[in-house]
Amino acid sequence: MTRFNAWNVFKNGFTGQKNWDRQWRDPEPKKEYDIIVVGGGLHGLATAYYLAKNHNKKNIAVLEKGWIGGGNAGRNTTIVRSNYMMPGNHEFYEHSLKLWENLSHDLNYNVMFSQRAHVSLFHSPSARDDAARRYNIMRLHGTDGELWNLDTLKNNIPHLNYDNARFPILGAAVQKRAGNARHDSAVWGYARAADSLGVDILQNCKVTGVQRSQSNIESLETSRGTIKAKKVGFAVAGHTSVLWQMAGLGNLPIESHKLQAFVTESVKPLLDHVVVYGVGGAHFYISQSDKGSMVFGGDLDWYKSYAQRGNLPIVQDSAEAAMAIMPCLGRIRLLRHWAGVMDMSMDGSFFICKTPLSNLYLNAGWNYGGFKASPASGWYFADLIANEQPHKHVQNHNLERFEKGINIDERGAGPDPKLHG
Amino acid sequence: MIRIKCPYCGERDHSEFTYGSDASIKYPALDAPESEWTQAIFFRENIRGMQKETWHHTNGCRLWLEVERSTITHEIKSVKACHPQIEKITKSKL
Ligand SMILES: Cc1cc2nc3c(=O)[nH]c(=O)nc-3n(C[C@H](O)[C@H](O)[C@H](O)COP(=O)(O)OP(=O)(O)OC[C@H]3O[C@@H](n4cnc5c(N)ncnc54)[C@H](O)[C@@H]3O)c2cc1C
Ligand SMILES: [Zn+2]
Repeated sequence: MTRFNAWNVFKNGFTGQKNWDRQWRDPEPKKEYDIIVVGGGLHGLATAYYLAKNHNKKNIAVLEKGWIGGGNAGRNTTIVRSNYMMPGNHEFYEHSLKLWENLSHDLNYNVMFSQRAHVSLFHSPSARDDAARRYNIMRLHGTDGELWNLDTLKNNIPHLNYDNARFPILGAAVQKRAGNARHDSAVWGYARAADSLGVDILQNCKVTGVQRSQSNIESLETSRGTIKAKKVGFAVAGHTSVLWQMAGLGNLPIESHKLQAFVTESVKPLLDHVVVYGVGGAHFYISQSDKGSMVFGGDLDWYKSYAQRGNLPIVQDSAEAAMAIMPCLGRIRLLRHWAGVMDMSMDGSFFICKTPLSNLYLNAGWNYGGFKASPASGWYFADLIANEQPHKHVQNHNLERFEKGINIDERGAGPDPKLHG
Repeated sequence: MIRIKCPYCGERDHSEFTYGSDASIKYPALDAPESEWTQAIFFRENIRGMQKETWHHTNGCRLWLEVERSTITHEIKSVKACHPQIEKITKSKL
């Protein structure tokens, strides 16, 4: 595989860009692998990459039922931040942000990580107090975070609705190192880097059954034949319960809900931050893509669903929210909207853990926030699969935490998956 | 938009309703072991297909309904009041 560097870009410019190698191979499945990761989203691909890179593992496959990045990895609004405060979560997301900061170099692929700042507006004194608490906790743990008063906010983003908003804007909680990245690039970058370390990426390879003994998995039935595996990791986001039940393991603290994203026609540079309406809640978030489109999202569709298409009341809600904080968007046209199936967990936090089967490992429960988590998710999941015990940052991110009463509930919303963000 | 046929108000947009949860959950006895309560409160079958679920007709009659709906196509098979005796109670009040 040709490395991307100035010389190669220059050289290929003379030959009509026709001599680049394939970015990753399209191998036939082998009969057996040491490690199979199910799910070719960002988490599955990153896991395979770090298994090969950090733990020197060989003979790894990623099984994807469709094409890589066709799930939530290619459907999200690409916000990357680390403004978490619960023990375990803040270390995890801060590690992820640090990995993002060097990801383009590490993968030799431009993931277009843009640290344009994540600006969460607040609209009442109590929301400001809440933001101050969260951002102070972050600072105590070495993550950047600051509060902007109204003047600073106006200087940075002059065209928000400061005049007659129903909920007047008082200021914002800001993480400057946060921002956006290009989701497809991250998928392709991880795939290419994993492939170059020998990982087989098997697309159109749907897992349809799990052969197991009492205590472990023996092989996976797939649309491309039976494949044996010494270890198996599930990283299938919204479809985790389906795979879990294929393995005969019963219920999970997860519900699948859908979340929509919206993209408008392109306009001239208008917004060079990520702006969020409502601190702690994910009510509405907006940024502008490099192509000039406004990219935004709102709440879940509010009922359980595996359909990758959204409903109209949320289109209206999101449009109303857009108008409430940026009335200048009033005449912009929406080009596309779509939905992804979210693995919403009972406390809003994820699972990177062992399972009742000795050679099966679980990666799930990413709620709305799994894009930013991808690098750290792959990092710690690979570590768990290789070393058979969880790193201390994810030691409570398991299925037993509910019975033990150590729920990791950032929002304090209780055991109702649709209320977490 | 999903259209839900409320037995009291007729067919209405789902935006009048609030989605509750899985209607198949059975709560154990108060003194049941904690593991059973953990299962009832935190663990879900999360069906991909027809499931029984609860909806509250928040902007209508405010009854809790039990709806059988596909989580893949959103097609609704049946709707009835959650409370088995509600029909008797409401009729006797009329
Ligand atoms: C609209 C929207 C907006 C979002 N916005 C953000 C955001 O701004 N910031 C953020 O951090 N996060 C965001 N997220 C969340 C984030 O996208 C997800 O949490 C994350 O992508 C999930 O991990 P993944 O990439 O591995 O999942 P996916 O890409 O969904 O990967 C799972 C893969 O498993 C495959 N699979 C399923 N079943 C099988 C099977 N039986 N056999 C083989 N393969 C199978 C699927 O085809 C899929 O490709 C958003 C999500 C959505 C939908
Ligand atoms: Zn009604």
